[in-house]
Amino acid sequence: MNWLSLNWPQVIELTRDHLLLSAPALLLSVLIAVPIGRLAQQRPRIGGALLGAASLLYAIPALPLLIIIPALFGVPLRSPATMVIALTVYGVALLVRTAADAFGSVDPRVREAAVAVGHSPRSVFWRVDLPLAVPVLLAGVRVVAVSTVSLVTIGALIGVPSLGTLLTDGFQRGIPAEVATGIIATMALALLFDALLVAAGRALTPWATIRHERPLPQEETT
Amino acid sequence: MIEFETVSKTYPGQSVAVADFSLVVPSHRTVVLVGSSGSGKSTLLRTVNRMVEPTSGRVLIDDEDVRERDPVALRRSIGYVLQHGGLLPHRSVLDNIATVPVLKGTPKRRARTAASELLERVGLDPKIGRRYPGQLSGGQQQRVGVARALAADPNILLMDEPFGAVDPIMRRELQEELLRLQAELHKTIVFVTHDIDEAFLLGDEVVVLREGGVIAQRGTPAEILGAPADDFVRDFVGADRAERELHITTVDGRSIAVDGTGRPVGVLAP
Repeated sequence: MNWLSLNWPQVIELTRDHLLLSAPALLLSVLIAVPIGRLAQQRPRIGGALLGAASLLYAIPALPLLIIIPALFGVPLRSPATMVIALTVYGVALLVRTAADAFGSVDPRVREAAVAVGHSPRSVFWRVDLPLAVPVLLAGVRVVAVSTVSLVTIGALIGVPSLGTLLTDGFQRGIPAEVATGIIATMALALLFDALLVAAGRALTPWATIRHERPLPQEETT
Repeated sequence: MIEFETVSKTYPGQSVAVADFSLVVPSHRTVVLVGSSGSGKSTLLRTVNRMVEPTSGRVLIDDEDVRERDPVALRRSIGYVLQHGGLLPHRSVLDNIATVPVLKGTPKRRARTAASELLERVGLDPKIGRRYPGQLSGGQQQRVGVARALAADPNILLMDEPFGAVDPIMRRELQEELLRLQAELHKTIVFVTHDIDEAFLLGDEVVVLREGGVIAQRGTPAEILGAPADDFVRDFVGADRAERELHITTVDGRSIAVDGTGRPVGVLAP
């Protein structure tokens, strides 16, 4: 505890760095995985290959990936950009299948009815498919959020500051309190992300929580 | 007026759903297509709003081929009611009813106000407007479905077994409600059902379909019941069923109608 009381400004700064690496990566993962998932669900033939390829990305070991990315994207090795790209690759790999499942979970009869009353293909996506996919999609995003927050720590190995810096630094200098702080702060951040996502999910899908309740008594006026 | 001109539909890898179907649905009338499953009645209905494209033949609305129309605009100009309501579970009842006006660009508030009035029109309490479809009974959902179909004030209503999934008492109420609405609104209605009693109750004209969309008989309910064209129709309308065979007996000077099993079903009005 003594270590923390002396070093808390550094911990706060690293927490901020950690946040600035994980939040953009999570956002990018969602923005990339959702359209791919939708395409995969609509065109199963292309989709199957796409989903397979995406899942394969997750099998790339982290360190080689961190070295390939600067070569591919022309970003400096020890930069936050490298880290955000790597995290996005893993996030997309984890999320595409769930995104495809999320669109697959939309009742086709509801979609067809929406088309039949005059929704254009675009409004079917924005007004019907996407909102109805949110519950399943959100479950996937929660997994990606927690995994991203913990993966950020790897950045410390290539010198990108995050809460992971506390782990490497603590190990090298033999300060257990520093390592413990790194672990606990990372977990706390992951839990915070998760809680925020759950709250966002509730706000986005008021209909989903109500649906499981008993139907209200009938009130026919005739 | 809706015209089917030798409409055929074959689904790939399956037998013919509909072959050479021709029919004229006059404006402001209710025409009921009735048949068992496999008669192609839903397929025919869905060619009108281009949810199904005929393999050959064409469908005309007021002398215009529906293929000339943009499918989205065409569908917005036609009211459509489905068996399971087809309401959007994530939208409130009012927003569901206001769907087509909002898609057409009516300001949301005005569309919602109009939707609230429509709720009353179909016999529902406007208070339920804020609920989600999942909180309504099956019968209420069907009424909301009818309100949604009426929201853009279309000339044509397509109804695909709209009351098939609700219990008999509710179905009867919904049928009466539709008759009342039609007496006020005079829409051109194409109604699909497998229930011959529903067809006779609602249809100005009834079209009995055999397998593959072949017309077995068309006419007013009285014509079909009075003179079934063949054994298929006779069997389908239950012309030989005991409750259809009424005769009159006189009890204490009053004429009582009695069905084939001898059960009294009513008194002749003097």
